[in-house]
Amino acid sequence: MNAPAIAPALTAQDFKSDYKPVWCPGCGDYTVLASITRALAALQLRPEKVAVVSGIGCSSRIPAYTTCYGFHGVHGRALAAATGLKVARPDLTVLVAGGDGDGYSIGGNHFLHACRRNIDLTDIVMDNHVYGMTKGQPSPTTEPDWKSKLSPAGTGLREFHPLVIALAAGANFIARAFSGDPSGTAAVIGEAIRHPGFSFVEVLSPCVTFRPEQRAWKEAVHPASVAATDDPARAARRLMTDDGFNTGVLYKGTRPAYSAAAGKTTLHPADLEKDFAL
Amino acid sequence: MTDATVANGRVESVSAALAGSGGAGVMTAGNMLLEAAAQAGYFGLMTRTSGPQIRGGEAAAMLRVSTFASDSQDDRFHVLAAIDWQNVNRFASEIPLGEASLLIGDPAQGEPPEAFLKSGARYVPLPLKALAKQVSGGWPNMVALGVLGAVMGLPEEALERAVRKSMKKGGEALAAGLAAVKLGMAEAAKLERSFPLALPRAGAGRWLISGNEAAGLGALRGGVRFVAAYPITPATELLEWLSPALTKVGGTLVQAEDELASINMILGASYGGVPALTATSGPGLALMIEALGLGVAAELPIVVVDVMRTGPSTGIATKTEQADLNIAMYGLHGDAPHIVVAPNSVADCLAATQWAAGLAESLQVPAIVLSDQYFGQARAIIDRPPGAPASGKRLLAQPNAPAYKRYALTESGVSPMALPGTPGVTYTADGLEHNERGTPSSQASDHLAQMEKRARKLESLDCGEDWATLEGEGDVAVLTWGSCTAPVREAFARARAEGIQARLVSLRLLSPAQPARLAKALEGVKRVLVVEQSFSGQFQRYLKAEYDLPGEVHSLRRPGPLPIRPDEIHRTLKSWSRP
Ligand SMILES: Cc1ncc(C[n+]2csc(CCOP(=O)(O)OP(=O)(O)O)c2C)c(N)n1
Ligand code: SF4
Repeated sequence: MNAPAIAPALTAQDFKSDYKPVWCPGCGDYTVLASITRALAALQLRPEKVAVVSGIGCSSRIPAYTTCYGFHGVHGRALAAATGLKVARPDLTVLVAGGDGDGYSIGGNHFLHACRRNIDLTDIVMDNHVYGMTKGQPSPTTEPDWKSKLSPAGTGLREFHPLVIALAAGANFIARAFSGDPSGTAAVIGEAIRHPGFSFVEVLSPCVTFRPEQRAWKEAVHPASVAATDDPARAARRLMTDDGFNTGVLYKGTRPAYSAAAGKTTLHPADLEKDFAL
Repeated sequence: MTDATVANGRVESVSAALAGSGGAGVMTAGNMLLEAAAQAGYFGLMTRTSGPQIRGGEAAAMLRVSTFASDSQDDRFHVLAAIDWQNVNRFASEIPLGEASLLIGDPAQGEPPEAFLKSGARYVPLPLKALAKQVSGGWPNMVALGVLGAVMGLPEEALERAVRKSMKKGGEALAAGLAAVKLGMAEAAKLERSFPLALPRAGAGRWLISGNEAAGLGALRGGVRFVAAYPITPATELLEWLSPALTKVGGTLVQAEDELASINMILGASYGGVPALTATSGPGLALMIEALGLGVAAELPIVVVDVMRTGPSTGIATKTEQADLNIAMYGLHGDAPHIVVAPNSVADCLAATQWAAGLAESLQVPAIVLSDQYFGQARAIIDRPPGAPASGKRLLAQPNAPAYKRYALTESGVSPMALPGTPGVTYTADGLEHNERGTPSSQASDHLAQMEKRARKLESLDCGEDWATLEGEGDVAVLTWGSCTAPVREAFARARAEGIQARLVSLRLLSPAQPARLAKALEGVKRVLVVEQSFSGQFQRYLKAEYDLPGEVHSLRRPGPLPIRPDEIHRTLKSWSRP
């Protein structure tokens, strides 16, 4: 009798597809991809049990670069698609990945409501403070004085603070990572996946083409000096005063994850017909 | 009311409206009257109209009770009773009366509005409020219920049963209700005009259901187990019916933050293998269009029920129109073949939605169901719809299928879909143009091949007889769809009684169009009348674009919310029969 086949342990490589990314050489997203695959291998998940859902943008190309199930939808709606998928298929591990334009601008409303709904999803936003795919327009996280063709004088608008907003909206896990630190990023993503409810990971991921000055981010980032708090008030103070470059898990909440009122009884639709019968 | 419906002092159909301001209880009484008609063995239909107020505005329950099943309103109302007249004049165009009609109002509430009096209807003052006061705890609407029930000749037991069914708590309220109804019936006996119905036709197992409920049940029968919901009139009741119903059959409903979310949620759920649906109205459908295109490109089955209301923009949220045809057919960007199905009766809301869900699944394509406010919010007594035939099933990829290609170029265009969880066949569903594997591709050859594949799926659709409802014969044809079908059918019945023949074609499958089938159905036709409820004639333009129509083509159309009444169609048929 044959011994039951034991599936060999998976490595990060097993989560990487053979598609060649469209990204520019040096783009921060390469290492985010590597961090995701590392995190999935470290958790010993099976690729077919993981779905990576995205919208549109350079960063949103990521699903097909994994060997997981992928959903490359329309611009800004990844969180909505992921919500439907996770509610319909709670057995899956569902990651959402994309850019700051996708996640905070066109998809901003879904971001608020995903935080609030607290479904067990991991949302990874590769924030490069720019619209990369459309070739360099300001995003909600772009500095007010950054000049571009579309806003030659800068936007003059205050940056959006995604972490503070996530906290206020009810996200259950908030972290910041830097793509230049793949093992740190992988660790944070792994923890985000394990944490119940909506986990939000903002990854600073330089756009070397339209924001080459972001190469200097590697000097600016520093690990958070204190451990994650589970106290929203303390987290709020910390996030409000943070310089935008401290990395690590910053908040780990204790809200129970959303559980859909999935049918417990399983009647047949014909059983409902008696409501209409005279 | 038509002259033809009166025979031997008994009528085959009575139309009655009950109007009043907020709190007068006209809807409650209307629903009881419909229930009483059902209890007595009649068919019936109740639609409603209301003012713009969120709560408490003027409203009218408009009923038609008949010995035959019909979703059509009649040409005129036999009787209008009003608890009071506050703003009720606003409904004058929706409640047409004639010289033979009866106009009942409480003199304490003033004279009926000129808009009704000028019809020549016989005004009968009836002190509804004072009568109600004779009963401790009595209400004028219950007196009016008794009056209307008696005017149409409903037996007292039927009214009593309806009242008991609705006032389940019993007690003094029930006793007062029953007494007030009795008083109303006694008052009606003194009227010199009444419209007693002919005896009902025997029938067992009838249902009382709204179009929205029927669509909800059709969705469940069609296998839908995930629904994302964003409220919008007049689709809300469909979603509200589905919420507890889904829980009972093991499904889930999520309230979305907007329609952009709801459509993308159902795409996500469907990608996960769970048949999924949302319901909305025009403004919501407009927001969903981009993601419907994603469903086409990524080949994800979903169903969107559009309960049409008056547009453009927010339009008249509470009233009906057939003017979302263009956006449903042609609103998607790019060449995006998808399914559009239109129910043509309240009962058909069930079958059409179930059908759409099955087609979506078996062809892996989005389907839009075009219902409307008239069907959605109407409550109708219908024959029990036939049992559920098998619904379409999704073609799935097997675990570890060798050299799996999600978008493989098959003969039918349908290729096996891998569901997350299935090992060895992972892929990325993509709205970007792609090759057979699903890898994004900007090559002309891949675009053409995938375009042809998606088109082939719809060409492979075998709709059998379901593409249209065909009735009648002759060299005149009336082409219509949706809620205009019933008035056409009724006009045909009147014409037939005069020996005039015509063919009715009510399209149920709008996309993909079936030009060969329609050509066959119209063989030998010399004149075509297109009947629709759209200002610009969207249906006629659609017909011109997708089909070759024989002979002369005429259009009978108007925007919502006023229905096209049988008499208008009948007159045209009559004029055509004597050249
Ligand atoms: C509805 C819609 N509007 C606009 C676009 C064009 N568009 C594509 S990607 C993008 C922004 C991408 O920026 P971001 O999400 O920050 O991702 P990045 O490319 O920087 O990774 C825009 C505006 C689109 N695809 N769809
Ligand atoms: S444009 Fe910027 S974000 Fe896009 S791939 Fe190039 S470097 Fe990366």
